[in-house]
Amino acid sequence: MYIYSGASQPEESSHVDDQEKYEQFMARIEAGEKIEADDWMPDDYRQALIKLISMHGISEIMGALPEKEWVPKAPTLKRKLGIMAKVQDEMGHGQLLLRVAEDLMRPYGKTRGDLMDDLLSGDLKFHNVFHMPTKTWADAGMVGWLVDGAAIISQTNMLDASYGPYQRALQRICQEEVFHAQHGEAIIMALAEGTEHQRQILQESLNRWWSALLMFFGPKSADTTGSSKQDIMIKYRIRKSSNEELRQAFLDKYLPRVFSLGLTVPDETAHYDEEKGEWVYQQPDWNEFKQIIKNKGPRSKERLRLREVAYENNRWVRQALTSEAVGS
Amino acid sequence: MMPVETAEEAKKDATYLKALKDLIYQCADDDFIISFRGSEWLGLAPHIEEDVAFSSITQNTMGHAVMFYSLLEELGEGKADALAHERQPDERRNAVYLEKKNGEGSYLGEPYYDWALTVVRNFLYETFKKVKLKAITNSSYQPLANVAEKVLMEQPYHLSHWRIWVEQLLASTEDARSRLEERLEEAWYAFGDVLELGQYATEMEHFQLMIGEDELKELWLEEVKTTIKDLPNGTPKKQLGSGREGEHTADFDQALEVLSEVYVSDENAIW
Repeated sequence: MYIYSGASQPEESSHVDDQEKYEQFMARIEAGEKIEADDWMPDDYRQALIKLISMHGISEIMGALPEKEWVPKAPTLKRKLGIMAKVQDEMGHGQLLLRVAEDLMRPYGKTRGDLMDDLLSGDLKFHNVFHMPTKTWADAGMVGWLVDGAAIISQTNMLDASYGPYQRALQRICQEEVFHAQHGEAIIMALAEGTEHQRQILQESLNRWWSALLMFFGPKSADTTGSSKQDIMIKYRIRKSSNEELRQAFLDKYLPRVFSLGLTVPDETAHYDEEKGEWVYQQPDWNEFKQIIKNKGPRSKERLRLREVAYENNRWVRQALTSEAVGS
Repeated sequence: MMPVETAEEAKKDATYLKALKDLIYQCADDDFIISFRGSEWLGLAPHIEEDVAFSSITQNTMGHAVMFYSLLEELGEGKADALAHERQPDERRNAVYLEKKNGEGSYLGEPYYDWALTVVRNFLYETFKKVKLKAITNSSYQPLANVAEKVLMEQPYHLSHWRIWVEQLLASTEDARSRLEERLEEAWYAFGDVLELGQYATEMEHFQLMIGEDELKELWLEEVKTTIKDLPNGTPKKQLGSGREGEHTADFDQALEVLSEVYVSDENAIW
């Protein structure tokens, strides 16, 4: 959990003023207006946004690492160009989002450096899918196709978010994510239509990613894992749908495609219930999910270590850039 | 010399063809290997903005390699993908200095990569590339001259990126300056083969494919001096060997193993 110890309101104000401001704020967002960085906002709104956007931003950056494992290994010149462009976009998204988070954190005196420290200390979490191993080239395709596919579903859900800077960043991010999903799908199609070996690594990859993909959208309710921010997100018009609605939309879009490629999912019970109008599936192990997001996932330590080495190893460069001599 | 407009025309003169192919291999292999080393940095650069910029340069540079390999494909050398992934080290023409590892460790774990090496190497290489491509825009082989024109539309931005890094780091802390100077000293022992044109250098000049080696070196040094006033003495040596003649190091074996790992894992596959 991302908690700001000693966080105080940016401005001292009486309770009555706050109540009035709060009502104006709610009236604005309910009328579909966008809140900007310098506007008054309730503290729990600011904190929910900081938590959401810093986690989103840092996940884009940590998310570059599993795919990046396959960038130097991409099997053709065309794939090399495609995956380089794709992972570069993800870093770009991270940068865009951290800039949005930085503005929100300013009243608390926090900077990007603090976010990096929080990431390395374990206080700032990154998305569960990016704790998973990528064992073959098929995983590079799977990340583009289904992980980014899931991201599109959860992010388009926030395209009308009440916070303007985030909403605008998401517009651009979602446009690029569509290309990423196509890039991933192209890799997957080549494997699905390929040799026996290629089909085998594809199926193994899907088996490997399946529960992480179900976990992607978070638990159905707070009862499952003890905490969930979905209610406050919906109240403040940051997002529209619940975790489960998003997961259903994902299954609805992708399971028919998975089956049409002749692939299976490692859940024999998975099927569409016509009467209820929803997908039935076996719940992933939510205790495992809790462990993963506590940085106890299969590759959590290694990925954080990579960031840590890069961060420490390049400290001299950052020091050089902030020295007085530069630009004088 | 009359311009040679097509691959078919170029194939008519065996000596011309040999020199032409060697020149294009050098361009393609240099870009390919330095782009590979760049791709290992992805996600590990000193800050996020640099990661975005550097990976964009890396991607463009791989694009340039693809254009050069495609010219070779037209000249009957085989598929561009096979040229990039299947050739043995002694068939490769990239300079040895460009294949040097980014530092200790691996991109998959404990990557103690050296930003000073990366800044110095890319600055020196992009300066060379600009000078070389400018000369190639007057090449007698028209398809190659056209590619050079195209690459030069974006390549000067790459050079300018690294030039700013050099200038900023040299003007910053004592630590940064000495790290850069150390890498410059090292480059003066190893950059020599980048500046060479290999065994067909004379033919390249004769057929007006390219300017001569001496002129190339001179132009490069002049251009480098506009950014770094205080350079090591003389011109760079080639103590690691000459990649233009197919000599390569163990660092190159590591690169080839990684970049072709998936490609060679299934001979019948279309990826």
